[in-house]
Amino acid sequence: MTTGENSEQALPEPQPISDQKTTPSQLVTALQREHEGWITGISEALGEVTAIVAKEQIVAVCSALKAHPEARFDFLADICGVDNGVEEEPRFEVNYHLFSTTKHHRLRLKVVLDEANARVPTVTGVWRTANWHERETFDLFGIIFEGHPDLRRILLPDDWQGYALRKDFPLRGYEPYSLK
Amino acid sequence: MSSAVNIPPQFEIVDRPLDTQMTISMGPQHPSTHGVLRLELVLDGETVVKATPDIGYLHTGMEKLFEYKKYQQGIVITDRMDYLNPLGNNLGYVMAVEKLLELEIPERAQTIRVLMCELQRIASHLVWLGTHALDIGAMTVFFYCFREREKILNLIEAASGGRLTPSYFRIGGLMMDLPSGFERRVQQFLDGFLKSVDEFHTLLTGNRIFQKRTQEVGVITAEDAIDWGLSGPCLRGSGVDLDVRRANPYSGYEKYDFEVPIETGGDVWARYLVRMREMKESHKIVIQALARLQPGSVKADAPKVVLPDREAMKTHMDALIHHFLIVAEGFDVPAGEVYHPIEGSKGELGVYVKSNGGPRPARVHVRGPSFVNLSALPHMSEGAMVADIVAIIGSLDIVLGEIDR
Repeated sequence: MTTGENSEQALPEPQPISDQKTTPSQLVTALQREHEGWITGISEALGEVTAIVAKEQIVAVCSALKAHPEARFDFLADICGVDNGVEEEPRFEVNYHLFSTTKHHRLRLKVVLDEANARVPTVTGVWRTANWHERETFDLFGIIFEGHPDLRRILLPDDWQGYALRKDFPLRGYEPYSLK
Repeated sequence: MSSAVNIPPQFEIVDRPLDTQMTISMGPQHPSTHGVLRLELVLDGETVVKATPDIGYLHTGMEKLFEYKKYQQGIVITDRMDYLNPLGNNLGYVMAVEKLLELEIPERAQTIRVLMCELQRIASHLVWLGTHALDIGAMTVFFYCFREREKILNLIEAASGGRLTPSYFRIGGLMMDLPSGFERRVQQFLDGFLKSVDEFHTLLTGNRIFQKRTQEVGVITAEDAIDWGLSGPCLRGSGVDLDVRRANPYSGYEKYDFEVPIETGGDVWARYLVRMREMKESHKIVIQALARLQPGSVKADAPKVVLPDREAMKTHMDALIHHFLIVAEGFDVPAGEVYHPIEGSKGELGVYVKSNGGPRPARVHVRGPSFVNLSALPHMSEGAMVADIVAIIGSLDIVLGEIDR
C-alpha cells in the first residue's frame, strides 16, 4: 500500500483525468484567496458552483481558470444574460457556464451589472466561441461587451428598437414589425 | 431595329472580366441551408474568402415566451426548438426543472426516457443523413432514410400521440406509460434497423464521388473545435472524446454499455462516420433499455407537481384538488438557478432555468448545439470551394428552429 503511494508520488506527470480531488469550488476558493478583488462571492446550490466575479476582472479570471492545470476550463459552454426586473439593482447578470473537456467538471461565473453601466469586457480573446453568445446577449439585453470584434445584433433585425428579453419589453412588442 | 429596344440602365449588360472579389448571398431560400439560413459569401472566383452566416429568420422569441408560461406549459415550447429532436429538448427542460424541485424520478420513467431519446437520436441522424446526401447529389439515400424514420415516428406517435411534437416527458416523469405491445413494436424496428444501416453504407461509404466530396473538406482541428465550442458529433469527428452522456451522466446513462465513436479526421467525412456509428450505438442502448424495463410507476411521488391518475381523480378528493391547482395555478418552484446539459442529437443541449419562486420561470435560456456549431462555419469554410459549403453545412447538422429560437 505504502509502496504504491510512493511510486504514485514519484511520477512527474500531472494527476490522471479521473482525479476528483480538486473540485471547482476549491479551485475558485483558492483563486479568491490568491487574488484579492477577483471573486466577490462563491455559492454552491443544487450541485452547481457559482462564483460572482468583479466585472473588470472577468477576462483575468477566465484566462486563469482556462490555464490552471487543475481547472482546465477550456470549453465555454454558454453565456446568457438575465434581467432581474426594472426596479432591481443591480439589474442585469451575465452567466458564463464553463466546462472542462478533460476534467469534466462545470462552473458558473456570474457578473452583476447596473442598468446605468451595463458594460462588461469581452472574453472572445479567451474562447472564440464567446463571439456569438455575447452577440446574442447584446441583442436581447443590450449589454455591451467591450472590445468585442463584431458586436452587432444577431437574431433580431439591425433596425430593431429596444431589447426584447428585458422585463420591460412587452411580450408582443410595441407594434408589428415591418421591413421598410 | 436596335433603336426599338430601350434597355434601362440598370439592366445594361457590362462585359467586364472579374477583377475583384464578389459578394453573393446564399439563402435564405437555398434548399441546402436546411431552413432559412443566409450566408454572405465573399468569393474569389470559386474560392470562398469569407463566409458570414446571417441568422434570425426563424426567431420566435421562445425564451421570452417561457417567462409568461407556467413551467408545465414550457414543455410544449421546447418541442418546437429543435424539431428533429423534440424528445431531447423535452428531456433537457424537464430535467432542469426537476433539478430545481429536487424530484426523484422512478426507475421505469428514466429507462423509458433513455429509450425514447435514443430512438429520437436515430430519427434525427436519419434526417441528417438523407438531407446531407441529397445536398451532395445522392437522391436515393433520402428515401431509404425517411422510410426508417417513419417507423420511429410511428413509435413516438404510439407512445405520445404526436409525431413531431410529442411533449412526452413531463416534470416528474412521463405523460403516461407506454401503450401495450410497444416493446414488441420497438423490437420489430430494431430487428430490421442494422440491415438498413448497412444499406446506407453500401449507398454512400464506398461511393468514390461521396468520398471526394467529403474527405479533407471543412477541416477543423481538435484545439480549434474546443475553442469554438463545437459539441456532439462535430467535436467527436475532430478526435475529442467527449459525450455528455459519459462526462456528466444523467437519467441513468452510466448504467448502459455503449461506445462513444471518435474519428480523427476533423473533416466532413469524419463527422459522417461518427454519426453513422452513433446510430448503431443508439441501437445498442435501445436494446439494453428494453431489457431494463421493469413494471412500475412512471410518475414521481410529488402530488403537488405531478398530475394525478384519472382514476384517482374520480375517487379521491385531494387528487381532484391537486389536479385543479396544478392546471389552474401551476406549482411553486423554489428560487434558484440551474444549468442542465444533456447530449442532444446535435451536441450539448444545455438548459438554464432561473426561478424566483412562483409558477413561472424568471428566465429560461437554451444553449442550442446548432447555434454554437454554426458559429464555427466561417472558420471551417475559409478557402473552401463554393460547392463545399453545401457539404460543410450538411455535416454540421443544423436546425434553424433551434438556432433562432
